[in-house]
Amino acid sequence: MALLELTGIGKTYRTGRTGEVRALDGISLSLAPGEFTAVQGPSGCGKTTLLLISGGLLAPTQGRVLLDRQDPYALGADRRAAFRASRLGFVFQQFHLIPYLSVIDNVLAPALAAGNPDGRERAEELVAHFGLHSRRLHVPGELSTGERQRTALARALLNRPKLLLADEPTGNLDRENAGIVLRHLVEFARSGGAVLLVSHDEESVRHADRVVRLRRS
Amino acid sequence: MSLWKLIVREMVHRKLNFLFSLLSVVIAVACLAGAWTLLQADERDTARLLAAKQREVEAAGAELQEAMRKITLGLGFNLLIVPQDQDLNELHLEGGLSSAMPEEYVNRLAHSKIVTVNHLLPSVVRRLTWPEQNIPIILQGTRGEVPILHADPKKPLLDAVPPGRIVLGYQIQQRLKLQPGEKVTLLGREFTVLKAHDERGTADDSTVWIHLAEAQELLGMKNLIHAILALECHCAGERLPAIRQEVMGILPGTQVIERGPPALARAEARSRAQENAVAALQLEVASRLQLRRQHERFAAVLVPVVFTGCLLWIGFLAFGNVRDRRAEIGILRAIGYRAGQIMTIFLGKAAILGLLGALLGYLLGAWGGAFWSAGAEDAPAAGWPGPDLGLMAVAAGAALLLAVFGSWIPALWAARQDPANVLQET
Repeated sequence: MALLELTGIGKTYRTGRTGEVRALDGISLSLAPGEFTAVQGPSGCGKTTLLLISGGLLAPTQGRVLLDRQDPYALGADRRAAFRASRLGFVFQQFHLIPYLSVIDNVLAPALAAGNPDGRERAEELVAHFGLHSRRLHVPGELSTGERQRTALARALLNRPKLLLADEPTGNLDRENAGIVLRHLVEFARSGGAVLLVSHDEESVRHADRVVRLRRS
Repeated sequence: MSLWKLIVREMVHRKLNFLFSLLSVVIAVACLAGAWTLLQADERDTARLLAAKQREVEAAGAELQEAMRKITLGLGFNLLIVPQDQDLNELHLEGGLSSAMPEEYVNRLAHSKIVTVNHLLPSVVRRLTWPEQNIPIILQGTRGEVPILHADPKKPLLDAVPPGRIVLGYQIQQRLKLQPGEKVTLLGREFTVLKAHDERGTADDSTVWIHLAEAQELLGMKNLIHAILALECHCAGERLPAIRQEVMGILPGTQVIERGPPALARAEARSRAQENAVAALQLEVASRLQLRRQHERFAAVLVPVVFTGCLLWIGFLAFGNVRDRRAEIGILRAIGYRAGQIMTIFLGKAAILGLLGALLGYLLGAWGGAFWSAGAEDAPAAGWPGPDLGLMAVAAGAALLLAVFGSWIPALWAARQDPANVLQET
């Protein structure tokens, strides 16, 4: 049974000056639990758009999304937010950590969204797992880029998501830290979760079970 | 982790934004509390000043009354009550009276409820030649003032002449060269000179005064009197006919005549002076009330203007805060925060801002208002007026509304941020 099923997905952006920009057209993709899939393609081919559509953040203009057997776009905004909180984790190239919260509080942030009662314990566990224990009370500005991305990864895993969506997670990292992050993604997939990685980096996609290549049309 | 922790951490992180917003709330609330405190102080001052003015007017009025009593006495009397059959030509042409009435009349008048007369002087008066000195005199017997029983006791205008004593008019004293303490005989009876009056330029200069009972005995008028002088009567203007009727109702067979127009004029002047004093007080009241209304109008304009300015400034800062936090909002929305939670983050911050601003603004405004109203030099003494719970509640409510309304649209904007757009842009 597929965890994520995209059928005939298309996305057209309407812009004021140039009219319409077609970012995706007729994309179909299926992702099963335990599967690590990478989407590769040149800049501007719609990789991030595909990831946002898969994550219930951007409604497609055509096609259908089924995530854990539910169409997230059939839900209202608040229920969709709750749906994301309980099933999805996000990792971005820019980390998007909250600058005034410590590592442990950044990792704990999704617990508020999901109403996760054992959030604190799980957060401490993840912080230790990602080698951040000594940095747990530091704010992001005091961390290295590798530590920031590991913090972002720990945050993404707090609510035990079924699907992890990673948008160029190694784009700002050196080879060593990129390797650490990718190993954690593989580890998540091996533990039964699904990973959808978007990257233009050949080295990154090599860790995936399957690579989907997008062309710019 | 709670939303409140997140809110507080953010406030600490973006100190300037928070401090500028807080300053706005403090200014607005201080303006409100200051204006309120000033108006309250103004009201207290007005009440105190007017009470003091009232006391001054009363004291001045009492002094004036006393002065006028004396002036009235110097100028003559106001009413003369004489028997109905007394020929007034005799009084006007010869300065004497011949018809008599019972002395008991003065007691009857004193026991009546008459309120228009202050002093009653029964007298006998006769024009005669002092046989022992061979000079014409007006002999007047008086027993001093008869108190009016229902009225407040008044200071007597005239001192009674004690029995065995004689008081001389100026002309008589000049001719006889008698000094106080010397003995003199009048109509066969010996008297001791009590004093001699200074020159008055009236018939008083040719008058001698002795005790009423002695005069009655010497003139063969036991228990009879010629006239009752009613001094300082409240008989100004058109009230005189009514007073005449009142007196004649109590003392039938009498007639009442008005004496001494200057005295009447002075009585009117006294009334006018009192009216002027009251008018001055009313003017002061009106002036203070007008000043207070001006202050109220000023506050009614100033406070809303300041509040509006602060509201716009808080809104501007809140928009800036949302713009700075777009990436944060985007990621929070992506990981599952609901729009209501995003609103709570911004409005919760506004609530903290409002409550803190209310406290600081209240303290600043109330103290500033008290300081200003007391004047810088005695401010430490007048200083802190003490907590005004009502004002504190109003300040807290106003500050909360100000901060929450100011942040409402920015918070709504934050809650409606599309996370996909934000994450693609940042």
